[in-house]
Amino acid sequence: MEPTRVLVGMGTCGIAAGARKVMEAFEKGLEGIEGVELLPTGCVGLCEKEVVAEVQKNGDKTIYGDLTTEKVERLIEEAILGGDVIEEWIAARPEEPILAKQERIVLENCGHINPENMEEYLERGGYKGLEKALKEMSPDQVVEEVKISGLRGRGGGGFPAGLKWQFAREAPGEKKYVVCNADEGDPGAFMDRSIKEGDPHALLEGMLICGYAIGSDEGYIYVRAEYPLAIKRLKIAMQQAEKSGYLGENILGTGFNFKLKIKEGAGAFVCGEETALLASIEGRMGRPRPRPPYPATRGLWNKPTNINNVETYANIPRIISRGGEKFAGIGTEKSTGTKVFALTGKINNTGLIEVPMGISIREIIYDIGGGIPDGREFKAVQIGGPSGGCIPAHLLDLPIDYDSLVESGAIMGSGGLVTMDEETCMVDVAWFFLNFTQKESCGKCTPCREGTKRMLEILERIKAGRGEPEDIEKLKFLGRNIVDTSLCGLGQTAPNPVLSTLRFFEDEYMAHIEEQSCPAGACTDLLRYEIVQEDCKRCSICVKVCPANAISGKPKEKHLINQDLCTKCNACLEKCPFDAIVKK
Amino acid sequence: MAQITVKINGQEVKIDRGKSLLQACEQIGVDVPTLCYHPRVAIAGACRLCMVEDKKSGQLVASCTLEADEGMEIETESPRVVEARKLVLDLLLASHDVDCFACERNGNCRLQDYAYRYEIERTSFPGERREFPLDNQNPFFERDYNRCIQCGLCVRACHEIPQAGAIDFANRGFSSEIATPFNVPLEESTCVFCGMCVELCPVGALVPKLDRFTGRPWELEKVKTTCAYCGVGCQIELNINDGRVVGINGYEDCKPNYGDLCVKGKFGWDYIHHPDRLTSPLIRKEGKLVPATWEEALDYTAQRLKEIKEGFGGEALGGLTSAKCTNEENYLFQKFVRTALATHNIDHCARL
Amino acid sequence: MTNSIAEIEQAPVIFIIGSNTTEAHPVISYRVKKAAREGSKIIVADPRMIELAEYADIWMQHRPGTDVALLNGMVHIILKEGLWDRKFVEERTEGFDELQEAVAKFTPELASKITGVPEEKIIEAARLYAEADASAILYAMGITQHISGTDNVLTLANLAMLTGNLGKPNAGVNPLRGQNNVQGACDMGGLPNVYPGYQKVGDPEVAEKFAKAWGEIPGETPGLTMMEMMEAAENGKIKALYIMGENPVLSEPDSNHSKKALSSLDFLVVQDIFLSETAELADVVLPGASFAEKEGTFTNTERRVQRVRRGINPLAGSRADWEIILELAHRLGYKWDYQSPEEIFKEMTELTPSYRGIEYGRIEKEGLQWPCPGRDHPGTKFLHEGEFPRGKGKFHGIDFIPPAELPDEEYPFLLTTGRKLAHYHTGTLSRRSSGLSGIDPEEMVEINPNDAERLGLEKGDLMVIASRRGEVTARANPTERVPEKVIFMTFHFSESAANVLTNPVLDPVAKIPEFKVCGVKIKKAE
Repeated sequence: MEPTRVLVGMGTCGIAAGARKVMEAFEKGLEGIEGVELLPTGCVGLCEKEVVAEVQKNGDKTIYGDLTTEKVERLIEEAILGGDVIEEWIAARPEEPILAKQERIVLENCGHINPENMEEYLERGGYKGLEKALKEMSPDQVVEEVKISGLRGRGGGGFPAGLKWQFAREAPGEKKYVVCNADEGDPGAFMDRSIKEGDPHALLEGMLICGYAIGSDEGYIYVRAEYPLAIKRLKIAMQQAEKSGYLGENILGTGFNFKLKIKEGAGAFVCGEETALLASIEGRMGRPRPRPPYPATRGLWNKPTNINNVETYANIPRIISRGGEKFAGIGTEKSTGTKVFALTGKINNTGLIEVPMGISIREIIYDIGGGIPDGREFKAVQIGGPSGGCIPAHLLDLPIDYDSLVESGAIMGSGGLVTMDEETCMVDVAWFFLNFTQKESCGKCTPCREGTKRMLEILERIKAGRGEPEDIEKLKFLGRNIVDTSLCGLGQTAPNPVLSTLRFFEDEYMAHIEEQSCPAGACTDLLRYEIVQEDCKRCSICVKVCPANAISGKPKEKHLINQDLCTKCNACLEKCPFDAIVKK
Repeated sequence: MAQITVKINGQEVKIDRGKSLLQACEQIGVDVPTLCYHPRVAIAGACRLCMVEDKKSGQLVASCTLEADEGMEIETESPRVVEARKLVLDLLLASHDVDCFACERNGNCRLQDYAYRYEIERTSFPGERREFPLDNQNPFFERDYNRCIQCGLCVRACHEIPQAGAIDFANRGFSSEIATPFNVPLEESTCVFCGMCVELCPVGALVPKLDRFTGRPWELEKVKTTCAYCGVGCQIELNINDGRVVGINGYEDCKPNYGDLCVKGKFGWDYIHHPDRLTSPLIRKEGKLVPATWEEALDYTAQRLKEIKEGFGGEALGGLTSAKCTNEENYLFQKFVRTALATHNIDHCARL
Repeated sequence: MTNSIAEIEQAPVIFIIGSNTTEAHPVISYRVKKAAREGSKIIVADPRMIELAEYADIWMQHRPGTDVALLNGMVHIILKEGLWDRKFVEERTEGFDELQEAVAKFTPELASKITGVPEEKIIEAARLYAEADASAILYAMGITQHISGTDNVLTLANLAMLTGNLGKPNAGVNPLRGQNNVQGACDMGGLPNVYPGYQKVGDPEVAEKFAKAWGEIPGETPGLTMMEMMEAAENGKIKALYIMGENPVLSEPDSNHSKKALSSLDFLVVQDIFLSETAELADVVLPGASFAEKEGTFTNTERRVQRVRRGINPLAGSRADWEIILELAHRLGYKWDYQSPEEIFKEMTELTPSYRGIEYGRIEKEGLQWPCPGRDHPGTKFLHEGEFPRGKGKFHGIDFIPPAELPDEEYPFLLTTGRKLAHYHTGTLSRRSSGLSGIDPEEMVEINPNDAERLGLEKGDLMVIASRRGEVTARANPTERVPEKVIFMTFHFSESAANVLTNPVLDPVAKIPEFKVCGVKIKKAE
């Protein structure tokens, strides 16, 4: 009989939620019990429900969520050793939309295998793609298969991966490199981290296949040092692969050699730009250089180089082993396959999801994401991270594919989805993302270094109620020109959050400028807290909780808020038992 | 070499494959403004002033970095181009100490020229400015980074010409600046004071101390000549104002140095007007050297040489000519020694 | 230089020996560094850890004065391993047997023993130099200022000829000349044994030619060299000297002796722009003009004749040097009628075959490299293509001789001398530049930190350095740049003049003094 397996989600997210303690409790509880395997696994994507554990028993899989050490005993007793399913602790059922609407290719192993055990990867068809490529296909055929799949780069630009490989393959030169951009610098993005932590061999296999296809014998994985667990698991995977003959000299006896190195980055966002990333690997300052020449012809140390991100490479083994046609059958005609998104913000089910291309935003927000908390209205979703744009409510039925997103002012990016509700101020959102890119600009080219700063200054002015009507035009003028003239992708996309919010929410900007008011009530400079005297019972609770001593009045006397002293901390409003305090 | 044809402002240009669009423009005399481009160092594509419009795609492209390709059509002053350039200049002015009155480069400043050309009176983005104290610690040049436009020519000059690596960009984004490692004074860095950063700076951020307040650029006369220090024979230009040498710069367009200089050639010229210069002949009288007229000194010298030649013959005379003097003077000197002094006793410090 | 500065960047291998290029010829060092960056291999041989050693693929730190042993060791390997250019040697050289014989004993073992360089490095350098398509040798005074200076140069020539590295681009044997117009001063016949263009004194045809042009000329015996003139002055044979723009008191070895010699003259006339240490001894001082104040030409180290142009008039009271010479000539009865330097240049080119094709009009934009025998000749980028001046290149069998004065018990340190970046020669000019003297105000003697510690010297401490000829005081600069028991001084600073200490012993052929090696003792100043 198959042993019962218990897989505890030990990705960075799970560990942060307390998975280590839960794991220890399981170890203790299962001590001496035979027929049960306790294993760590990667992130299954249900971040909202961490700590998560999957119980695999008699061919059935049940995912339990919101686990604590206290729950372990009952779980062992009833669900692991006994034959029951504890319904009320189930995190998600396969038939629920949160899972049913997803299609897992890249993440198929994440959360279901022990990423530190290569055998489990092999059991699930791991390295079959590599074996097939090396033993049954010519490098040209591999490139052709990737082209057939229609796979486009999952890192941002969406350039067809097969074509990119072809350029690198055709570029003259003995020495070529395969580089994986595993830097993942977007705030709130953790798609690639989860793959590295949950299924590291898939990345390795993808890079190996690429190496064979373009004629390279050396690769680099550029990972930010802030991802220690990902680095650890990649290193373990590399050792295992090397030991088993999948990495190193004469791989699988075919004469193909490939060595792989990890380069730890220092966490500069701009190092996600491919030429800056290459400069950083070379030990130089991470600043982009003009393209062309593209890395495919002049990359690392001026040698032809193929760069893709983690998700792109992780798709490759499946494309090769199952065929490009099959992959192309998923998604839309021009955007094939699936895409992994990090779903965050004002949404019920935050987490990591993988969906077929072409799915609508509505399906993601309401079916998978479970809608907006507390019954508030959906306002917009920021897609593509700080380089992306906001999609407003009236475009909820927009299909998610590369071209539709660009048309509506956003980009696929690496897959951040930040949901916003009616309490989110769009000027504030624009400010937040621009503040990030402006700080992360490398400073090399004028428009990005100077222009984003000036845009930010204008946004700050508007948020503070000091905006002028011509600021809207100034923002558009700056934005358009920064997009058109910046040296690299960072600058060329930095104005997007501003431009797309201006496109759909110009009214909100104008309200800040003309009425000095923030409709969402988020810009604190524009807020006023007032006591509605008719509702006030003169209880003085607000006077006591105000940390700034801004509220005057003794019990039974009239209470007033001194606007000069008020710090808009919201404490009075929260504490008032009579809802007599309002913000305007 | 294979040639390709591109169309610039409607005019067809044949140019060698491998050349940039900017070079194609230069070839037919179309002036595309640049701040971070200099043919002597690597291309950075940083200032974004040289953007031109690609007619076919409608996109703006940086002409300094983009290789010209067969059939390309570009406009160098289209409304779209002008708008983008205006913004770049406007943004640079916003972070620049626009104090032209006090600036040594007033009148010879590319930022100033371009702002005028594109009719920008002042920046439309008054806001935060990077502020730096004036660095005038080293004996050769001032560094006023309030005037710096971060074109990076100084950094590339430093890394590529003497390969000193004394300065580089520090920090990121709006906070980026040019600095020595750990911000040590230049004298304590690996700087060799070759002055190449000063030579390539397109604005007034790096200015030789000796040049300060010695003349506006339009007052200067430039005379091309040969450096008088070591044997490399660098071609230089003397900057002259009112009968005085007030500066030196490398001459870029010919061998052997193509503009490159070292600390002596760039900054070591002020001995020319040193108060110790001899301005009168001297004759030793009663053991002391005292001033004399030229007639007196020349007559006396000629007379003494004549006496000794007549008394003891040419073998009693000798001459040391100079490795610092011109060929003409050396020729004349040895001719003088071999004829007027009647001896082959002529030598110089060739061996030192 | 046999080849051109521009070719350095193209050379696959650059061998730098006896040249601290970054300090003495900075702009040439930029070319070397650029070549290194773009993949050229660099070999450096220098007793000090000069800056270019950091760029070198191989750095050989040989003991001062052991160049012949080092180079013969390389030649030995090249012969033994058959790395030499048989075709070149057969067609263009003679004396190969002599060479073979002379280097036979210079096994890596012996070469290593004499030079202190590990055997493997010598072997590696020999292979690298010999196997490249073209290898360029750059050298300077570190090669010539030895009693074996001529031997050193001939050994370099052996190495280059043996590997076919002469008469082709990006190769050659390239002396880097120290002074702006030292090449021109030689070319112009500012030497006791040759007329302009190296036409030999003693050759009747040459004599006839110059007699015809100039009138009466001296006999067929070469004159005295500078050091010989000093000797002759001291013993009364020379009674008067006319010195133009030179400062032998500081530039010659054994300064005390030079001063004494010049003081014993009946008449000394010095023409200079400053009252140099030599001018102070003069009977008449004539104020000349700086390079910015006159027209003319200089010839640089790659034989390029370039224009010097007048930017300003000679300072009030001073005169262009050529005008002063002309005035003296007139007073001695020679009614030469030159209206300008250009007229002098024209006369010179008529008498000097290698300059014949050069005229001011042709060098307005860019200088021309001699030989340039005709008006249509484009100048010569590199010498010895097809043939050497003497026909076949001659190998010389050279044996190693040690420097004349090595450290001993009484004078246990080896003093070697040279230049620093910010200064020039005897400092007459550079020390009167505010910036240069500001950044580098005084002598800082390089001494190994271990030696400094033993002597109780810290950076900036005053030390007394004494040789058999005199003593000077200067500040210490402990640095790993020099090996133990070797100290380095410049000759830029009159108050701590290194040439008070140096040994006036000469190379027998070139008559160059051994500035690079003498014995000294050191103590901390009281």
